Amino acid sequence: MGKLKLIIKREFLAKVKNKSFIILTLLSPLLMVGLAMLIIFLNEKNSEEVRKLAFVDESEQLAIIFEDTETTKYVNLTELGLDVAKSKTKEFYYGLIYIPKNDSLKNLSKGIAFYSEDTPSLSLLSEIESKIEKKIRNLKIEQLHFDVEKIKATETNVTIASENFSGEKSSKIGSLLRMGVGGGFGYLIFMFIIIYGTSVMRSVIEEKTSRIIEVIISSVKPFQLMLGKIVGNALAGILQFIIWAISIGLILTIITYIFGIEAANSGPAMGQMNPEMVQQVQNSSVSDLQLVLREIKNLPILTMFFSFIFYFLGGYLIYSSIYAAIGAAVDSETDTQQFMMPVLMPLIIAIYVGFSVIENPHGPIALGFSLFPLTSPIVMLMRIPFGVPWWQIITSMLLLIVTFIAIVWFAAKIYRVGILMYGKKPSYKELYKWLKY
Amino acid sequence: MKNILTVENVCKNYGNFTALNNVSISVPEGSVFGLLGPNGAGKTSLIRIINQITLPDSGTIYLDGEPLQPHHIQNIGYLPEERGLYKSMKVGEQALYLAQLKGMSKSEAKKKLHYWFEKFEITDWWNKKIQELSKGMAQKVQFIVTVLHEPKLLIFDEPFSGFDPINANLIKDEILKLRDEGASIIFSTHRMESVEELCDHIALINKSNKILDGKLNNIKQEYRTNQFEVGLLSDTKEELLKEINSKFIVENSKVASFNNDLRLLISLKNNETSTEMIQFLNNKAQITHFTEVIPSVNDIFLKAVANNG
Repeated sequence: MGKLKLIIKREFLAKVKNKSFIILTLLSPLLMVGLAMLIIFLNEKNSEEVRKLAFVDESEQLAIIFEDTETTKYVNLTELGLDVAKSKTKEFYYGLIYIPKNDSLKNLSKGIAFYSEDTPSLSLLSEIESKIEKKIRNLKIEQLHFDVEKIKATETNVTIASENFSGEKSSKIGSLLRMGVGGGFGYLIFMFIIIYGTSVMRSVIEEKTSRIIEVIISSVKPFQLMLGKIVGNALAGILQFIIWAISIGLILTIITYIFGIEAANSGPAMGQMNPEMVQQVQNSSVSDLQLVLREIKNLPILTMFFSFIFYFLGGYLIYSSIYAAIGAAVDSETDTQQFMMPVLMPLIIAIYVGFSVIENPHGPIALGFSLFPLTSPIVMLMRIPFGVPWWQIITSMLLLIVTFIAIVWFAAKIYRVGILMYGKKPSYKELYKWLKY
Repeated sequence: MKNILTVENVCKNYGNFTALNNVSISVPEGSVFGLLGPNGAGKTSLIRIINQITLPDSGTIYLDGEPLQPHHIQNIGYLPEERGLYKSMKVGEQALYLAQLKGMSKSEAKKKLHYWFEKFEITDWWNKKIQELSKGMAQKVQFIVTVLHEPKLLIFDEPFSGFDPINANLIKDEILKLRDEGASIIFSTHRMESVEELCDHIALINKSNKILDGKLNNIKQEYRTNQFEVGLLSDTKEELLKEINSKFIVENSKVASFNNDLRLLISLKNNETSTEMIQFLNNKAQITHFTEVIPSVNDIFLKAVANNG
């Protein structure tokens, strides 16, 4: 046991003291937050840009809707006539909205055009369209002598709360939340396996190419060395993830503290909406937040937590021991290609299946891949937030354990023989022979 | 004499390939034991089995009278032929790690490392990374790590490869010193002249079989050919040569003469003794040189392998 601890410590320190590890650990959060900030910043810059639009309203009924906002200024060129307005717009403004003369409300919507140098964005067009539609609707309502206020009072916002037969509430937000949490967990495991599995493999190859391996295994059992490597690398990985989580949290806190309210208000500019709408949005966001909180409470958190740990360990141990065996079988990293493909395949399939699984978490595909041990750590984790029958979880866990033992046994055999083999480019046939040594 | 290591009837197969076929050797305590053989003969396989890196298919190994067990690792020091160190790890750290893997406590390992580092005058390497050292320098560190835990049995596989002559000598002296201090040493090599200098006992392995073993002196006795190298001064060389030829088997010596004498390799024919040969030669000419040709380990090696082949 003492030796295993020594190996774990060395592997951990070797990984953690590595310059690229330190740089990656410290810079990634800055990069991630920086990138996010950049996107937000650019978005804001984009929307801050004031666009000047001209309009010619020959109908004389719609001019009042073109009120200046923070991002758009309107200029009334009706008096100049369409042709002059066009040439003037070309010179001074971004675009020209043209509303032709119409005798009846019915035809008011016809023949409206937008002239501009380049193709306007869809959002700009639909913004203008909805402005006009709304105004025409209101005009029509007035023409029919309905009370606009009363009609507004009839408008309601419906959110369907669905509930399963055992009384657990579910909702659209809940489903989204489940998709997010499940997908996030699955993706986290996927990333961890690939990054740190490869790191285990590199470490094995390093021992082989530096020829220290024979010195080491004259002191410890190869299996101890392999296990120490796997655990040491995993600890380094967990440390890295914790540092990332903490530093991203810290940076975000600092940023919101410095930019204070600005960041909080950076959503779709509230100023653009009329007070009524603001009220509505606030109402709905409050109830949304409550819903989200309620949904979080409804998630099978304990099951998720323990199954995450279980599948995380199981998946990582299975794949990293395969990676260790691959590292032992080859002489250099360039030779690993032929073995990497079959290892990556189930992982990639799991991620793809996973994303279809969160659409239909209880279908046969979901069931199959969440039982199959090479994909279950990812797929089952994605399913669990949606509620999975116990027998399925237990079957999948048992299969994972059995596979884990079998694969570690095979991997250890290949590892034991492989680390002392030089100069041979191993084929699968060769590896099969090694199992019998 | 007590044996530190006894290997009894060890067999090892890799698939259809036989690496060791019923090999037995005994390494006497306090000796330097030469394990010789051509490439691929099975030396490294045997050494790996002794180090418990691989298990034998059959056969038993005793260390100091006990069947080999995992804890015996601490009593063996092994310098493999394929050797190296972690390139990006510091020398001191690495030596401490390897010593601790051999079961030493950290403080003990530190103390002994400082002793050896001072002895080899390499104390200022402690904080250097291996990749900053030359190959020979790294080998010195490896040698220290191998002997640090003062094992009863030391196994060196081609220890001198990678050393310049000065450092090779240093290592050779250290090996002999360790023997004098009571360690037993197994020494595997192709370099026969170092065997000659170092080994008391040898075993020769060829094609998975042990074909020869014993005390080096005894083996040399066994392989002596009753051949003598003789130098003769005479005015009538051709007549003399004829006369000797009629009585003994004569070959021309490869050694060139520096004073124009006749250099011959003469073998005894029947039951004559060397005294009779000297008397015969003394009557015919002036003897300037007379030695028995003792087979070198190299000759024995080649001969034994050829006979076995």
